[in-house]
Amino acid sequence: MATRQTQFLARSLLTPAVGLLFVWMIVPLALTIYFSTLHYSLLDPGSEAFVGLENFRYFLTDPAFLASLQNTLVLVGSVLALTILLGIPLALLMDQPVIGRNFVRLMVIAPFFVMPTVSALVWKNLLMHPVSGLFAWLAKLVGATPIDWFNDVPLFAVILIVAWQWLPFATLILLTALQSLDEEQKEAAEMDGASAVSTFIYITLPHLARPITVVILIETIFLLTVFAEIFVTTGGGPGLQTTNIAFLIYSQALIQFDVGSASAGGLVAVVIANIVAFFLVRIVGRNLEA
Amino acid sequence: MGQITLQDVQKSFGPVHIIKGADLDIADGSFVVFVGPSGCGKTTLLRLIAGLEDVSGGKILIDGKNVVDTPPAKRGLSMVFQSYALYPHMSVRGNIGFGLKMAGLARDEINRKVEAAAATLNLSPYLDRKPRELSGGQRQRVAIGRAIVREPKAFLFDEPLSNLDAALRVQMRIEVTRLQKQLGTTAIYVTHDQVEAMTMADKIVVLNGGKIEQYGSPLELYERPANLFVAGFIGSPKMNFVTGELALQRGAATIGVRPEHLKIERDGGSGWPGTIAVAEHLGSDTFLYVDAGSLGMLTARYIGELSLHAGDRVSLVPDPARIHRFDESGNALRG
Repeated sequence: MATRQTQFLARSLLTPAVGLLFVWMIVPLALTIYFSTLHYSLLDPGSEAFVGLENFRYFLTDPAFLASLQNTLVLVGSVLALTILLGIPLALLMDQPVIGRNFVRLMVIAPFFVMPTVSALVWKNLLMHPVSGLFAWLAKLVGATPIDWFNDVPLFAVILIVAWQWLPFATLILLTALQSLDEEQKEAAEMDGASAVSTFIYITLPHLARPITVVILIETIFLLTVFAEIFVTTGGGPGLQTTNIAFLIYSQALIQFDVGSASAGGLVAVVIANIVAFFLVRIVGRNLEA
Repeated sequence: MGQITLQDVQKSFGPVHIIKGADLDIADGSFVVFVGPSGCGKTTLLRLIAGLEDVSGGKILIDGKNVVDTPPAKRGLSMVFQSYALYPHMSVRGNIGFGLKMAGLARDEINRKVEAAAATLNLSPYLDRKPRELSGGQRQRVAIGRAIVREPKAFLFDEPLSNLDAALRVQMRIEVTRLQKQLGTTAIYVTHDQVEAMTMADKIVVLNGGKIEQYGSPLELYERPANLFVAGFIGSPKMNFVTGELALQRGAATIGVRPEHLKIERDGGSGWPGTIAVAEHLGSDTFLYVDAGSLGMLTARYIGELSLHAGDRVSLVPDPARIHRFDESGNALRG
C-alpha cells in the first residue's frame, strides 16, 4: 500500500466485504436493541408496546439472573482451571518422544471434533447415567453407591463435560508452544545445573505464559456462551443450579416466550462479556505484548 | 584446573558412526579449537565433552577423573551456545546468575559475582535489560558472562561468533581470546572458520569425517600438515596440489605449494608457465588464478600490488623449501 493509487484500490476492493460484515452484525444488534425496549410476548401477539427500560429492570432484578451469573462465572473459571492444569502435563507428556506419538496426538484432539450435543448425550447416557452409566458400574464394582451426577452435583457434571471438550484445545496450543521452545535453552539450563523441576519452573512455564494467555482468552469467549451441554443434560436444573446466562436468555425467549426480556438479557450478556474481557486483558493480556 | 583428556571416544547415532575414536590431550589453560568442514563431528565431540550427549565408547577425563557418567552440571564446564540460548524472560542479571541460583548460592553472593562478571564484559549498564533489548554483540557477551560467572574448569564454545557480522566477529574474536588468557581457563572452541581457528587457538584439532586428522599449534599445521586434508583445509587461499610427472620427480604422489610460496615471474621464467584467468587486487595482496595447462588451476599470492591482469602470461616458481610432499594415501612425506 505504498502509493495513493494502491491505497484507493485496496480500499475500494475491501469495501464490499467490510460493508457486508457490517450489515451482518449491525442488523441483529439493532433489532435486539429495538426488541429490548418493547413489551413483546409471543403468547400475546399484537400487544407490542414501547416500555423503555422496563425489560432491563425485570431481567436484572429477576433472582434467576444473579444465580445464573454466578453459575456462568463458576463454569468458566472451573473449566479454565481444569483445562490448563491438566493441559500442561498432557502437553508435556505428548512432547516426549514415544512410539505412536502422532496417533496419540490425533486421539487427544478427537473430543474437540465431537459436537457439543453429541458429547453431552454420550456423557449423560453412557457415562454419568446413575443406573446404566459406566461410572455407576465402576462405583458398584467397588461397592460404592453410584453418584446421580445430574441431581447431586449438576454444575460439576456440566463442568466435567465442558472441560473434557476443551482440554484438547488447551493441550494442543500448549503442545505447539512447547515444541517451539528452543532446545538449546533447555540444554543451557542443564549446563547451569537446573533440575527437571527447576527447568520447568524457570524455563518452560515462562515460555508457556503467552500460550496460556491465548487459551484463557479464547476459551473464555466460548465458555461464556455454553448452551448445548446444559440444554441436553440438565435443562438448566435442578431448579436454577445449572442455568447460566446463555441458558437463562434462551428460557426467557423460548420457554416463557418473552422476546423483549430475552433481548434485554442478550444485551446484558454482551455487557458482561465485555466486562470479563476487560479484566482478562488487564490481568493476562500483558503476556501478549513484546 | 581444567585438564581434559579423551581416550578413544566414540559416538554413534543408531548405525551412523559420528565420532570414530578420538584421542586428545588438552592442557590446563590452553585454548583449543576444533575445526573442520560441516558434518565432521566437531560439535558432537564438544557436546560429548559437555555431557549433552552420551558417549558410545571410550573415556573422557577431566582432571584425571572419568566423567562419562557424570551429568553435565557436575562436570564443572560451561558452554556458550551458537544461538546464545539466553533465557528470554529473564533480565541480563537473571541470565548470568541462573547457574549460581541453581547451585543454591546466597543472593548477595550471586549479585556480587554477577556484577563482577558484568564489569569484566562491559555489561554493567545493561544488567536489568531483557535479552531482546540487546544487540547481537551484547547478547553474545551475556552468553559469555553466563559461562564465566560459574568459574568453570573449562569453557566450551559452539560456533559462538557465527551469528555476528564480520566486523563484530573480528572484535569479539579478540575479546574472547583476551578474556581467556586473562582468566587462564581452559577453552574448547568449535568453528568451521579456519581464520578463527588460526587466530585464536593455542592448539588446533582438525576433524574430518569423525576422525582427528591432526592436532597441533596453528603454525605447525600450516608448516607441517600431516596429510592432504589438513594441507587443503588450513591456509587461505587453499594450497595448490599438483600430481603426475612433477610430483614423481620429487618422489611423491602429490605435491602441494601454498599460493604465498609461489614466486610470480614474467613469462619465460624458469617456473610453471600459465595464463592468468582472474586477478584480484586487494591493495595489500594480489591473488592470481592461473591456468597452468596440464597442472590445472593454480593460485598465487603476492604481498602488495602487482600490475598483472587477466590474459597475461606468467611463470610460477615454487619455493623449493616450501614444497609439501604426500604419498598415495595422502599422508605427508618428511625429509
